[in-house]
Amino acid sequence: MVVDDSPNAVGNEITNTMNDPFTSNVAYSLKDVSFSYTKGKRAASESVLKELSCLILSGRILGILGPNGSGKSTLLKLLARVYQPQTGTIAILGESLSGLSQLNVAKRVALVPQETLQVFPFTIAEMVLMGRSPHHQGWGGWHWEDAHDWAVAQSAMEELDVAHLGNRLVTEVSGGERQRAVIARALVQEPQILLLDEPTAFLDLHHQLDIARVIKRLNRDRGLTVVMVSHDLNLASQYCDQVLLLNHGRLAAMGSPQTVIKPEVIEAVYGCSVLVDQHPQSGLPRVSLPV
Amino acid sequence: MKPTLNVPSLTPPPAALSLDRMSSAAERFNDASASSRMLTRSRWWRWVSSASVLAVMAFVGCLGFGTQSIPYSEIMAVVMGLVLAPFGSATEQGLSDATSVILLQVRMPRVVLAFLVGGSLAMVGVALQALLRNPLADPFVIGISSGAALGAAIALLFGLGISVGSLSALPVCAFAGALLSLMIMYRISAAQYGFSVYTLLLAGVVLNAIFSAFIMFLTSIADPNRAFGMYAWLMGSLTGPDWSTLGILVLYLGAGLVLLGMHAQSLNLLTLGEETARSLGVEVERVKKSVFLAAALLTGAVVSFSGIIGFVGLIIPHAVRLVVSADHRLLLPVAGLVGGVFLMLADTVARTALSPSEFPVGVITALVGGPIFLWLLTTRQTQLGMK
Repeated sequence: MVVDDSPNAVGNEITNTMNDPFTSNVAYSLKDVSFSYTKGKRAASESVLKELSCLILSGRILGILGPNGSGKSTLLKLLARVYQPQTGTIAILGESLSGLSQLNVAKRVALVPQETLQVFPFTIAEMVLMGRSPHHQGWGGWHWEDAHDWAVAQSAMEELDVAHLGNRLVTEVSGGERQRAVIARALVQEPQILLLDEPTAFLDLHHQLDIARVIKRLNRDRGLTVVMVSHDLNLASQYCDQVLLLNHGRLAAMGSPQTVIKPEVIEAVYGCSVLVDQHPQSGLPRVSLPV
Repeated sequence: MKPTLNVPSLTPPPAALSLDRMSSAAERFNDASASSRMLTRSRWWRWVSSASVLAVMAFVGCLGFGTQSIPYSEIMAVVMGLVLAPFGSATEQGLSDATSVILLQVRMPRVVLAFLVGGSLAMVGVALQALLRNPLADPFVIGISSGAALGAAIALLFGLGISVGSLSALPVCAFAGALLSLMIMYRISAAQYGFSVYTLLLAGVVLNAIFSAFIMFLTSIADPNRAFGMYAWLMGSLTGPDWSTLGILVLYLGAGLVLLGMHAQSLNLLTLGEETARSLGVEVERVKKSVFLAAALLTGAVVSFSGIIGFVGLIIPHAVRLVVSADHRLLLPVAGLVGGVFLMLADTVARTALSPSEFPVGVITALVGGPIFLWLLTTRQTQLGMK
């Protein structure tokens, strides 16, 4: 496993499971994964991710942190098999990710993208119901929706507090409401792994807290594995069991928030000094910018 | 200090409770109506059968218009005679031969052609809009129709149009032209990140200009007789089909429709963007290829039979989305039926308004569709992601 020596970040837990990557408590196992966006046949630019190896444990919340352009969102898209790495292998729940059909990936993993644009007048209910699609294997994906689909959609919309918006158009609700509806759509996929790209980016404080708590609750009650890209170091510190720090497409550090969110590690990656003290309630690291 | 305050503080609970009950009742109502957005088999049939009834009514209605007036009792007799013919009760019921010939050999093929062309254009519009995530995409506006027209013009002018049996070179060349312009269009739209509606429209204008230039060049070097026929055809007319050419058209359209229809749900997911569609289990590349093929097949076939008829693929999908649903499983068939109805009506106006002479139906669709396009462009900017 390639980890910079300086921040001794890797937890014992991970090193123990390294020997047997296909154990049941591993959601993802990445080995030497490199990826670059291609244009036509040739690589458009240098690799976005470089020889990344790590294990993502199931039933946990993992935060992916790193500066802009460090490859966070790209890593998330590789985990959802939106793209496939040029080299290296990714195993999901003990199976090779590249060997699964797109539909079978969608039954295991749901992706909440950073932003959802929609130009057509779909209602929130219709958009949430689209998450049921992977569970129907009709003729070319054609299916009818049934009472079970609606029950699943209804409970997910209630969970995310968008049930009252069912008849509103996706194009006319606020960014925060749309984001919550997109998370509801992801839950409707009934995945084992939930991937979120900056889930709280467009939300006000109240809904940030709501989303963070919903994620925690889903993780605790349903054992959902969560991988979440975030710019918010404090949110990651409070809600993630583990954090993975990327720097220029390479793994800079991985481990519990206490081991990774340290002034020297943050400074080395982000290039600015920060103050780290303890959160008054949880005692977990709290990052503040210097004056 | 003010004990009276305690009294009102005691009273709110029942009021709050009743409010709660009211709000939960309202929510239940809202939920019930939201669940009606689900696409169940019965909801699908309700809409599709309503649109079909509308189509049949418009079909019979349009048969009544023409240079010679034919009473509806006779039209019904002929239509019923056709319907019942397979059961061996083909009685012409005292119709004069002339009436029967006018209806069966002249009007009916033309009305059927209008229905097929209008329906196909509307469905191609739906598919292109979903694929390019652009509600203004229309086979005419973005240059797919002129690509097909160029293909057809090459076939016509170099005599490839003279066909052997059912394997006419005309639709094949039109199909190739449509596919070529679709590929160019898609390359342009995929070439840049955050592709805007404007870029697509501009690219369409330029593509139209280039193909038109080629067509004009071809017509100018052709002999005058052929050139005149070319011009009439290019303006979009539905004159003179016979049943056997309609049969060929139905074959092409059928193939395109099956390809489009089976990917209706994938088109729904593609409106969320290709990355999200992939994360929801869509094999994006495969679906895109099928839809492109279908769009080119439909456009090629339609253009080779009726020339360039604009804006049907723009106004009909938009109207159906407003009234019925944006769900492609419902949108595709209903837009197809309504598009067919629209062009049947437009063509009836085109062939009867200045009777006995007639003008191209493309004139009417452009006069109706053009202003609607401009209105959409100016009023729906936020929705189109232009702001």
